[in-house]
Amino acid sequence: MSSAADKQKVCFLSGNEAVARGAFEAGAQVASAYPGTPSTEILQEFARYEGVYAEWAPNEKVAVEVAIGASMAGTRAMAVMKHVGVNVAADPIFTASYTGVGGGLVIVTADDPELHSSQNEQDSRHYSLAAKIPMLEPSDSAEAKKYTRLAFELSEKFDTPFFLRSTTRISHVKSVVCLEEPSGPARPKEFRRDPAKWVMLPVNAKRRHALVEERTNALREFAETFAENRIEWGDRSLGIITAGVSYQYVKEAFPDASVLKLGMAYPLPERLIREFASGVSRVVVVEELDPYIETHVRALGIATEGKDRIPILGELDPRAVRQAITGEAPPLRAAELLPPRPPNMCPGCPHRGFFAALKKLDAVVTGDIGCYTLAALPPLQSMDLCVCMGASIGAAHGFEKALGGEGCGKAVAVIGESTFLHSGVTGLMNIVYNRGRGTVALLDNGTTAMTGAQENPSTGRTLLKEATRKLDLKALCEALGVEHVYVVNPHDIKETEAILRREIARPEPSVIISRAPCVLLAEHRKSRKDRPVYEVAPDLCVGCKVCARFGCPAIGFVEDKARINALMCDGCNQCPPLCKARAIVEKANV
Amino acid sequence: MTLPRGDIFMAGVGGQGALLASEVLGEAFLSLGFDVKKSEVHGMAQRGGAVTTHLRFGPKVYSPLIEPGKADILIAFEKIEGLRFAHYLRPGGILLVNTQEISPPSVATGKELYPADAVERLKAVTDRLYLVDALSAALSLKEVRAVNVVMIGAGSMLLKLPEDACELALKKVFPERVLDVNIKAFRAGRALLSPDA
Repeated sequence: MSSAADKQKVCFLSGNEAVARGAFEAGAQVASAYPGTPSTEILQEFARYEGVYAEWAPNEKVAVEVAIGASMAGTRAMAVMKHVGVNVAADPIFTASYTGVGGGLVIVTADDPELHSSQNEQDSRHYSLAAKIPMLEPSDSAEAKKYTRLAFELSEKFDTPFFLRSTTRISHVKSVVCLEEPSGPARPKEFRRDPAKWVMLPVNAKRRHALVEERTNALREFAETFAENRIEWGDRSLGIITAGVSYQYVKEAFPDASVLKLGMAYPLPERLIREFASGVSRVVVVEELDPYIETHVRALGIATEGKDRIPILGELDPRAVRQAITGEAPPLRAAELLPPRPPNMCPGCPHRGFFAALKKLDAVVTGDIGCYTLAALPPLQSMDLCVCMGASIGAAHGFEKALGGEGCGKAVAVIGESTFLHSGVTGLMNIVYNRGRGTVALLDNGTTAMTGAQENPSTGRTLLKEATRKLDLKALCEALGVEHVYVVNPHDIKETEAILRREIARPEPSVIISRAPCVLLAEHRKSRKDRPVYEVAPDLCVGCKVCARFGCPAIGFVEDKARINALMCDGCNQCPPLCKARAIVEKANV
Repeated sequence: MTLPRGDIFMAGVGGQGALLASEVLGEAFLSLGFDVKKSEVHGMAQRGGAVTTHLRFGPKVYSPLIEPGKADILIAFEKIEGLRFAHYLRPGGILLVNTQEISPPSVATGKELYPADAVERLKAVTDRLYLVDALSAALSLKEVRAVNVVMIGAGSMLLKLPEDACELALKKVFPERVLDVNIKAFRAGRALLSPDA
């Protein structure tokens, strides 16, 4: 419990807010990111601090490159992404390991065990090993702030970028944090030309690689006595090696066990691990996702238990940890049989109109990453592939080429504008270059919606809310060589269908920009009164359920009649034309 | 007298404000000197789907997640969601449920019916079931979005949380322009349950 004097500084912060605070306290000056759950709020929060520069980059690779440049200039810099973003940024990351840093350089990755909002469950710790970049791993918000500060300091001390790894249950858990005053370097380091360090020609990179190996050896020594790698001796009959949020589950499930808590995921402290293992009669590694620590412990010749009992799928909790180690699991109430409540597109979402049109064409739809991926679920069920950011376009092209002459008019790529700018542009360039005949539907809702409405190069605003040049999507597609680029209003399902039908059949590349604002945007909400509210005229409704099956959350079916929830209706006008009985009408006097 | 420790599980439908509600309770427990952890999920998981938050307080809190079968109180913003997460409640735990019905897609599209026996099934979960009509309370304040704060008002009675700590927390969480209506909603929520509940 805290004393009154401390209360001023005690805050209830999410891990993401704590990382942002840590970067601010460490004197970070420049930060760049692409939004991605569960990492998004880190940059939004960092941007609120006085005197810092923060920006949304078009993708994670650019974000890391911006941070490398800022580091070379001498300032402390940070790049932030979700786990799959590290894949996009891997190219500069692996070589930044060789160049080392000027000002401290921290790369934050937020993994998503349990796939709350992701397309895979990859474990970013493998990247630190592969890129030879040290990694810190906090277990709560207080550590998230502390480790962020440490990462900047250690980055400069060892001349290396540092990874900071979070997971959903660090990033999106609020816990108690004590704020401190900023205490970074008084001024940025001076930029000094040094091609031998920064220009990775083979001749220089060869020398740098040797330095990387020396550095890693020095970090191995450092890890042995690093205070965040610590043994908490308890009952010696059970010794648990753990890290990150798993540490909290272990402390909850086994308060008396001996614990080796590893704050640094790479390099691991070999002597400390041996000391711990020799001090207990049973060793278990408790970690989420892959057997990363376990593999290392086994390589030391230590007999340990791990993924033979700890689940490799999904996230852990104290019950899962206890059950895995003791086999005990008190019985639980049986799950109730209930109607499921999956996520759905919002009332008035322009994507619903677009997919309602697309569904009628029976095309093969290669999809992408965004809210519109929900079109794969009932009732729209109109997506056949979703892999990663930007993949829809390359995949549609590959599908067409595989079918040879028959391929034209079979596949449509569907991608949001932010995802297109992230990594779809090169795919479209490829279609034009390689004489493809594909159709790309570009869903432009004026924001990066899935992650909570962030700005992007086509919105005309920056993260810091400055006005900026608005990228012209149509002109961009035309500049890539696409001769047929059309803008449609997805709320007009009939027109959208007609244009889709025409362009898919066309034996040339085409782009259909489906343009209408995301309903979550403040400007759109403010203009609600300019749009009608619709209602179902009960005497006209024949109870055919066509509108109800449309999947709009505002439309329900009660006692053989459709009913529109006036509080939820956004006035998009997608549903009235669906009704053959013309029972959906504008509500008077609202 | 406030409880010495507790696990509060909240379940609602995306858009009902469960995340903000747990934020208020979290700040209130923090101001009373407790260690507090609150866990939630953003992104794809929100979008009108089922939303849950885990809020834990005590002298020292480790796990940010409540174990299934260990929650002291389950605050459900919707009946089906109360049933969906009933396995989180410990035997003899408190179940506080908003009687509001929000149709899941399969019900809205007429494929199945809203479970007519929802209240019966909730009664079977625990003897300590409290049903409140938070929607009417919020609508009487002409603010449908205040359902969440009505619910934590009622929850604060069951948690024996002092009113002033909660109102300070409301001030911290809500911007000035909506503070007044939310304080009213909070009080309306408290009024739904008797002090010896």
